Amino acid sequence: MSFEPPVETCKGTIREVTLGTDKKVGGETTFPFHLWEGEMPNSPMIAMEVYDEPQPEWPEAVRKVYEDVMSDPVAWAKKCQDELGADAICLQLRSIDPNGSDASPESAAETVKKVAEAINIPLIVYGTGTPDKDAEVLKKVVEAMPDANIPIGPVEESNHRLIGAAAMGYKKPVVGFTSMDVNLAKQLNVLLTQLGVPEDKIIIDPTTGALGYGLEYCYSIMERDRLAALMQNDGKMQMPILSNLAPETWKAKESRVSEEVEPTYGNVETRGILWEAITATTLLLAGTDILVMRHPDAVKLVRAAIEGLQTQSKEKVAS
Amino acid sequence: MALSGLQIFKLLAKTNCKECGFPTCMAFAMQLAAGKAELDQCPYVTDEAKAALGEASAPPVRKVTVGAGDMAVTVGEETVLYRHEKRFEHMPGLGVLITDEMDDATVDSLLLQLKQTEFNYVGQNLRPRVAAIKAADAGKLAALVAKADEKAGAAIIIMHDDAAALKAAAEPIKDKKPLLYAATEANFDAVAAVAKELDVPFAIKADSLEALAELGQKALDGDFKEVVLDPASSSLGDVLLDQTLIRRAAIKKTFRALGFPTIGFPCNMTDDKMLEAVYASVFVAKYAGFVILSDLDPARVLPLLYLSQNIYTDPQRPMQMDQGVYPINDPGPDSPILVTTNFSLTYFTVSSEVEASKVPAWLCIMDVEGQSVLTAWAAGKFVADAIAPFLKKSGIEEKAPHKKIIIPGYVAQISGELDEELGDGWEVQVGVREAADIPKFLRQWSTN
Ligand code: SF4
Repeated sequence: MSFEPPVETCKGTIREVTLGTDKKVGGETTFPFHLWEGEMPNSPMIAMEVYDEPQPEWPEAVRKVYEDVMSDPVAWAKKCQDELGADAICLQLRSIDPNGSDASPESAAETVKKVAEAINIPLIVYGTGTPDKDAEVLKKVVEAMPDANIPIGPVEESNHRLIGAAAMGYKKPVVGFTSMDVNLAKQLNVLLTQLGVPEDKIIIDPTTGALGYGLEYCYSIMERDRLAALMQNDGKMQMPILSNLAPETWKAKESRVSEEVEPTYGNVETRGILWEAITATTLLLAGTDILVMRHPDAVKLVRAAIEGLQTQSKEKVAS
Repeated sequence: MALSGLQIFKLLAKTNCKECGFPTCMAFAMQLAAGKAELDQCPYVTDEAKAALGEASAPPVRKVTVGAGDMAVTVGEETVLYRHEKRFEHMPGLGVLITDEMDDATVDSLLLQLKQTEFNYVGQNLRPRVAAIKAADAGKLAALVAKADEKAGAAIIIMHDDAAALKAAAEPIKDKKPLLYAATEANFDAVAAVAKELDVPFAIKADSLEALAELGQKALDGDFKEVVLDPASSSLGDVLLDQTLIRRAAIKKTFRALGFPTIGFPCNMTDDKMLEAVYASVFVAKYAGFVILSDLDPARVLPLLYLSQNIYTDPQRPMQMDQGVYPINDPGPDSPILVTTNFSLTYFTVSSEVEASKVPAWLCIMDVEGQSVLTAWAAGKFVADAIAPFLKKSGIEEKAPHKKIIIPGYVAQISGELDEELGDGWEVQVGVREAADIPKFLRQWSTN
């Protein structure tokens, strides 16, 4: 029996969503990096995090990188763009957390505006996952930035009407967030489209678990999302996927605990960077289109992995 | 190709003697075909039938074991492409390349690391187990192999092009099932002969899948069962391509010539140690059976072992912790008591935040069949009349007699009822909803 490469073609295509003026994500006609049997017209996007208030609790490995810009989100964003090679900025509005600084929607919108005006790469704006407050803030954000093409999130089932309506009014893409469940993700997409949000303005955030902290759940959820989108041609699942992974990986004990405390774990900085880079790479293999990342070295590693994955000898499957 | 019930029936004794526990041979055959019975339940199966059925029922990816005892690595027996369909069976064997270009001190320290490195994660013992030994000189090769066996007890891969050199190094440890690496188009017959003689597994290597499949067919024709494939992928993209096509051919086409586990050498793909670990993660996620690194720096081995565990976890069974009281940060009688469910993700998130808070605390983990707080509450498992008896039996009273219990903010609504169920002397407090807020909460609690 001679070998025939078992090539598979897909029925469905992932929609392209535009961020900023002309940067696109999605568009795949095949599984992640299966370039021998389909197209992946846009490389995955690496959005680097910027916070709107200092993060003194961060582990040393990342704190030292951003120490000089921690209290200035504009300088922080410019650093990511100009020095660290970010494809996009994900502005995490941590200041609005009602259990934290509880900043006003107006002040958050003001920060977003300043950051947006200072950079020329796409901006993604993320709330804290407190549905009421996020809705209030994100509404102000889109009003303050009527013309910029800025995806906003996380949009949950409980606040999808409020945020969805505001986003539609100003033609903004939305990132729908659901809790590790294929059906819930689909249901939210249905709700958003019923509301009138165009399908090419929706991005899926299916929840991210870090390596060692539920990574396998979101890995399988994403694989199933992509199987539904590509093999069953399910139009309600054909959206690009965003993984907000940096907050998760840098929260993991293994990225934080020093070698003095855990002598068998090895260097904490190496570990933290790899925790982020390996979580990101694994998620890429499951179907992530937008990676939200933090450490510049992890970003470099993932970029090298993306380039590596795109290097394939297609003659291997030529028959 | 799997046989149908009818095809199996034709191979049976057809006496309906019922000794297999089924009423008829036909019934037994149907159960066999459905994978719900074992062939040896029938005492009257002929050798000929056994061979035919055994071949048909062999897993699409053959099982291969390298090494012996605690350090043995078994890979293969995989049946799916996606882990949500059915669990991936055997975590890859992670290991290190040792060559005659290294000085003695380096070799010794790598072997010591190989022997000593182990991590405990969700109750599982994770460790690297493999030493891949390479030397141009046959004498040095045999010496290094003997040393790796003696000092680390490792599962050993012996790397050489020459069958005689492989034999010389493998023979003294043949009972420990070293893997001979590798048979190629040039030396297949000689290496296969050594593998047969010593009864050890061997790897086949070719740089196209067609050529690899030809070697795989030769191995099948020679009745070899324990074979490992090296598609010699030259880029990370080719790793994904080769591993995916090999697994697909094996699972979806039952293409036996590629129905074996694989080996990958990220150590040969880049000089950047960090990137090597990232490359290795692609091998781990994408089906490799053996993954060989250039060293065993724990900061790089740890994430790869965790990834293996994550990817190979049974997706059907929610990961669960054992029920009980977990001390964190060395708590005492006055330390706060938190109660939550035994969903391991819940446990990890909560325990790592408590740990980060540096506040000593007792964490009471209640068995709700591995569900999260809200799911278990909705299912009636994490509710007052279940939590109260659990707490009373948990022994927390003796450890922390203040009996103030902090429940997750998500189930604030049960606090009154739980107060009643627990009765006098107990006090129920409502904690935070998000784990991230635990440190702040605990610090405030302690100062009150
Ligand atoms: S034991 Fe064997 S021969 Fe007897 S009924 Fe079962 S299958 Fe038939």
